[in-house]
Amino acid sequence: MSAREDILNRIASALRDSPATPEIPRNYRRATTMTAEQRLEQLVDRLRDYKANVFVVPAAGAPAKLAELLAGTASIVVPHRLPEDWLSTLLSVGKDDAGSPAVEVDSPERRLTVAELDAVDAVVTAAAVAVSETGTIMLDGSPSQGRRIISLVPDRHICLLRTADIVEVLPEAIARLDATSPQTWISGPSATSDIELERVEGVHGPRTLDVVILT
Amino acid sequence: MSNTFLGMPTLPVFGSGNLNATEPFPKAAHRELGNAQLRANLGHATHTIRDKRLKVVAELPDWEEMRDAGSAIKNATMAKLPALLEQFEANFTARGGIIHWARDAQEANEIVTGLIRATGETEVVKVKSMATQEIGLNEYLQEQGIAAFETDLAELIVQLDHDKPSHILVPAIHKNRDQIREIFLREMEDVDPGLSNEPARLAEAARRHLRRKFLTAKVAISGANFGLADTGTLTVVESEGNGRMCLTLPETLITVMGIEKLLPLWTDLEVFMQLLPRSSTGERMNPYTSLWTGVTPGDGPQSVHLVMLDNGRTAALADEMGRTALNCIRCSACMNVCPVYERTGGHAYGSTYPGPIGAILSPLMTGIKSEENNSLPYASSLCGACFDACPVKINIPEILVHLRGEDVDSQRARVKVPTQMDLMMKGAEWAFSDGGHLNLLEKGLPLGKLVAGRDKVIKKLPGLAGKWTQSRDIPAPPGQSFRQWWAKEHRAPSGVEAGESAEGDQA
Ligand code: SF4
Repeated sequence: MSAREDILNRIASALRDSPATPEIPRNYRRATTMTAEQRLEQLVDRLRDYKANVFVVPAAGAPAKLAELLAGTASIVVPHRLPEDWLSTLLSVGKDDAGSPAVEVDSPERRLTVAELDAVDAVVTAAAVAVSETGTIMLDGSPSQGRRIISLVPDRHICLLRTADIVEVLPEAIARLDATSPQTWISGPSATSDIELERVEGVHGPRTLDVVILT
Repeated sequence: MSNTFLGMPTLPVFGSGNLNATEPFPKAAHRELGNAQLRANLGHATHTIRDKRLKVVAELPDWEEMRDAGSAIKNATMAKLPALLEQFEANFTARGGIIHWARDAQEANEIVTGLIRATGETEVVKVKSMATQEIGLNEYLQEQGIAAFETDLAELIVQLDHDKPSHILVPAIHKNRDQIREIFLREMEDVDPGLSNEPARLAEAARRHLRRKFLTAKVAISGANFGLADTGTLTVVESEGNGRMCLTLPETLITVMGIEKLLPLWTDLEVFMQLLPRSSTGERMNPYTSLWTGVTPGDGPQSVHLVMLDNGRTAALADEMGRTALNCIRCSACMNVCPVYERTGGHAYGSTYPGPIGAILSPLMTGIKSEENNSLPYASSLCGACFDACPVKINIPEILVHLRGEDVDSQRARVKVPTQMDLMMKGAEWAFSDGGHLNLLEKGLPLGKLVAGRDKVIKKLPGLAGKWTQSRDIPAPPGQSFRQWWAKEHRAPSGVEAGESAEGDQA
């Protein structure tokens, strides 16, 4: 008998008392009760609590904010479908000024190697959705966010988020996401509490997380 | 699909690996209690997490509703486990993942070794996983000439120190910063000799030490926190980014997951990803959660394996009273609130699973007859703090009592000859089974007065009862029983004898 059959048999035998399958009481909150402003405020508060840098700017101000954040940065990587206007800003930043960063685009045609990614200073991505109650930003690997590796290896992650993509509670985010897409949920920069339970930000993942929220 | 079982019932097959204590709990606890440093570190740590947990749990108005949902989802999972496993398998496989089944620790270790050998690699990176620790994978791989590098900071500390984890969430909870610095200076060949004991500096040393390993690793091994049956998705919850590194960079990913880790629906994750982080680290959400479903072309490992592990889980499932122990999501809240754990630490439990949950899960998986684990159900004061803290409402005290009963039964089966305790219990059974029997016995009460003598205290009794009187005195029994007194005071006009009306009184 294969191990699979054997185990399934053991389970069936273990359950020979046919335990009842209970109804699932879903009486917890599954939808927001907050206004968009309250969600924004809550998200900012929670992200700062995790020691992320948060900037709230009008959508039109995004290029200027990015230029400011990237001043003095030698190189960055972006996913190939970063929204058109953000990408062009980055590319123009790269072109105009000798001191601005070189922009590498990671695309299905040209995937950056681990070594190349390790050499860039920052990554700029979009986000799929964010949960204000827990201060969580979710990436789902769509072309505006790129492969999981690009938001992992560079030491700084700049994440752009639209207010329309901020929900209050986790069930709302789950409803928006496709389970089978490769996801990374991010709540602050990497951290550890393994030494005397003292939280220290910055271990293996990006040590700096900048979140730019566009209103 | 119905679970109706038509085949021959099989006897439970127990688990092996690091589930057994190497010595009985009382002995180990006695030694660990002598370690003042350990107790100071543990006391500080458990109290810190406890407070954080209470704070973030109090923030949610619907925490209890979430616990109710979590508990029901896990009970439903166990009730239809075969169908869910098959559903998970179909979904995971459809997206390019490969599933292997392992009956026990040995089989799981062999499968993983075979998969690593097939890649030609002799080094693997590992993300913290209880299941691989349970099966003793690192030790097994070492024997096979494969080096497994733990990448979680706490696991790294423990591995570098050739020690064992003492807490399922913070495995190095028993070490303080000075001890950790000393371990790094001694064991990391690339370490800065001027390393300070500041946690930030220590974390940085770990980052440097592991970075090159991550960037060059070809094979990674992980556990999984949840497997979602309706989509075939796996989940790893972590903080440092070592998990993301292991799950994203290598070409081959091998995950070892217990068969009980499934949830029926993707939607169920909305409950568990609220329950888990708040209960375990006392955070609103852990820094990183990774989800993957088989292989994503061009993104992450292209060779993705999952080993589904039994190793005694089906034996736990067969215990109708104990099976809810499998609902455990390994948050560690129960150990952080446990007065016994707080003082003895995790090592005293021997098994990979310490604390209150370990005290029930280990003997359920190995069988209560396992010599060393049969003392575990007694490692509790039954105060109930664990039950209150448990996000999936596992009634640990009730299962502890149930297992104590099992242990007593198994001990009895072993000796065959009825012990004095048995005889006393048999006697009690007889006495309390019938009011008439009790009446008869109560007539003997004045005899107790005789044994007690003038000072009305019984100092010494023969036999097993003698052990009881070795350390305490028993007041002499009164001249009459409550029942005799009651009967005298309320003599029924019809003359009904007290003993005959007693049936209804046994509320
Ligand atoms: S038994 Fe409950 S409290 Fe203890 S680790 Fe498991 S889920 Fe957490």
